[in-house]
Amino acid sequence: MELPRYHRLRGPYYRLEGNACPGCSRRFFPPRPVCSSCRTPGLEPFAFSGRAALYSWSRVLQPPRGFASMAPYTAGMVRLEEGPLVSAQLADVDGVDLAIDMPLEMVTRKIRDAEEHGYIVYGYKFRPLLRPARPPR
Amino acid sequence: MRDVSIIGVGQTEVAEHWDRSLRDLAVEAIASARKDAGIDRVDALFVGNMLSGELAGQENVATLVADAAGLVPIEALKIEAACASGGAALRAAYLAVASGAHDYVLAVGVEKMTDFLTDGVTTALALAADADYEAAHGLSFAALNAILMRRYMHEHRARHEDFAPFSVNAHRNAALNPLAMYRQPITVEDFMRSPIVADPINILDSAGIGDGAAALLVCPATEARRARRPPVRISGSACATDTLALAGRADPLVWQAVADSARLACAQAKVKPQDIDLFELHDAFTIVSVLSLEACGFADRGSALKLAAEGRIGLEGDIPICTFGGLKGRGHPVGASGAYQLVETALQLRGEAGPAQVKGAAIGMAQSVGGSGSVAITHILQV
Repeated sequence: MELPRYHRLRGPYYRLEGNACPGCSRRFFPPRPVCSSCRTPGLEPFAFSGRAALYSWSRVLQPPRGFASMAPYTAGMVRLEEGPLVSAQLADVDGVDLAIDMPLEMVTRKIRDAEEHGYIVYGYKFRPLLRPARPPR
Repeated sequence: MRDVSIIGVGQTEVAEHWDRSLRDLAVEAIASARKDAGIDRVDALFVGNMLSGELAGQENVATLVADAAGLVPIEALKIEAACASGGAALRAAYLAVASGAHDYVLAVGVEKMTDFLTDGVTTALALAADADYEAAHGLSFAALNAILMRRYMHEHRARHEDFAPFSVNAHRNAALNPLAMYRQPITVEDFMRSPIVADPINILDSAGIGDGAAALLVCPATEARRARRPPVRISGSACATDTLALAGRADPLVWQAVADSARLACAQAKVKPQDIDLFELHDAFTIVSVLSLEACGFADRGSALKLAAEGRIGLEGDIPICTFGGLKGRGHPVGASGAYQLVETALQLRGEAGPAQVKGAAIGMAQSVGGSGSVAITHILQV
């Protein structure tokens, strides 16, 4: 990915920033220029919490270029607590029995192998929700 | 709008054509379609192609084909709609003739893919997905379809082997097609033993890529009797879109663009799904066949696997699909596949499908899907 493009994506990639429609209050990730429900333009920024549930997943054995060092890896689609679906890699899932609807949380990770020019692209992934060993007092 | 007919068809073998380039393949298919029609006149050329820039280092590909085929100085444009590019090229040709802008128009779908190794092709195919929110996160095309397939299996309590009849049917029909790439019949056991690409999708769930070109010559229906072969009328032609990213949809298992394009094409042709004698669908993965049959109204939601299990998709069934092998058996030169589907449907309606002939075929539907159901182009052909 080229540097300017990566720079443009910093809000969604680092902070899970999407937007919300002032007309019908629907929320979008990634941000959309026009509401896909009521066609209202001028949506307002909205940062998602990062809490999600697993919609479905796949263990990828034939990676595209730029992902060879990570293969096999798990790609999934998750449903954010606030509504939208997001496609992303799942992190920290080796040895974990995945199940549809299991709770997940967003983490920031390296999302692909470093490119020729050397910089590393970071972005969101989702991992199984970490639970405290016993309920906090 | 004028009625439009297909008066000539041509196709190359789908194969790993090591000695042949994109231009060689396109020129062969064009020459074959013009010879089939027995008419020399061509006013315009639409080239359906997805990946010439990425895989051949060549854009401006319509000029390349027009030049190589000796058609300069006619109008020539590339039409791109990902894996639906071949169907989109015929739609452009149809619109050009129906509108009265041109009379004799060629649509050719062409793709040259085997110069690259698997990772290069996997990367190229992912160009049809959302670059920033799917491909950049390592979601290959197989991964996106695998995510859909696992979810479908979850919602409808299906097993992986329930998808096998689609691949078995495709290979059985491909064995009857001398131009198909994968002519060996397969069993359910072969299917279950096949190596995983992106689980649950395995090699035999997936249409293999290849090189090939297919072409169609169209003209106003009123002039179609001049041709050497029986004309095939385009009675319905429609294109519809959905969100580019799979995650942008309320329910990713509902392929709304596929449903909309089929509904619009059927309405224009004044036919219902039950009137259709064969359906060349876009079986890039077995799950795509399932979702397409359900979206187009051939099966209720969650019941397309049952349709296949009951043998109703075979050549003798009530809704034969992939009659020349489909993308799975014929091979999937992506931007050309839509043109192959249309050529095959036309041959069925002309009664020239040989051992793959669907008896009494009079109404055929051909549907190309680009991306993960993000663009769909449906044509209804009739004799």
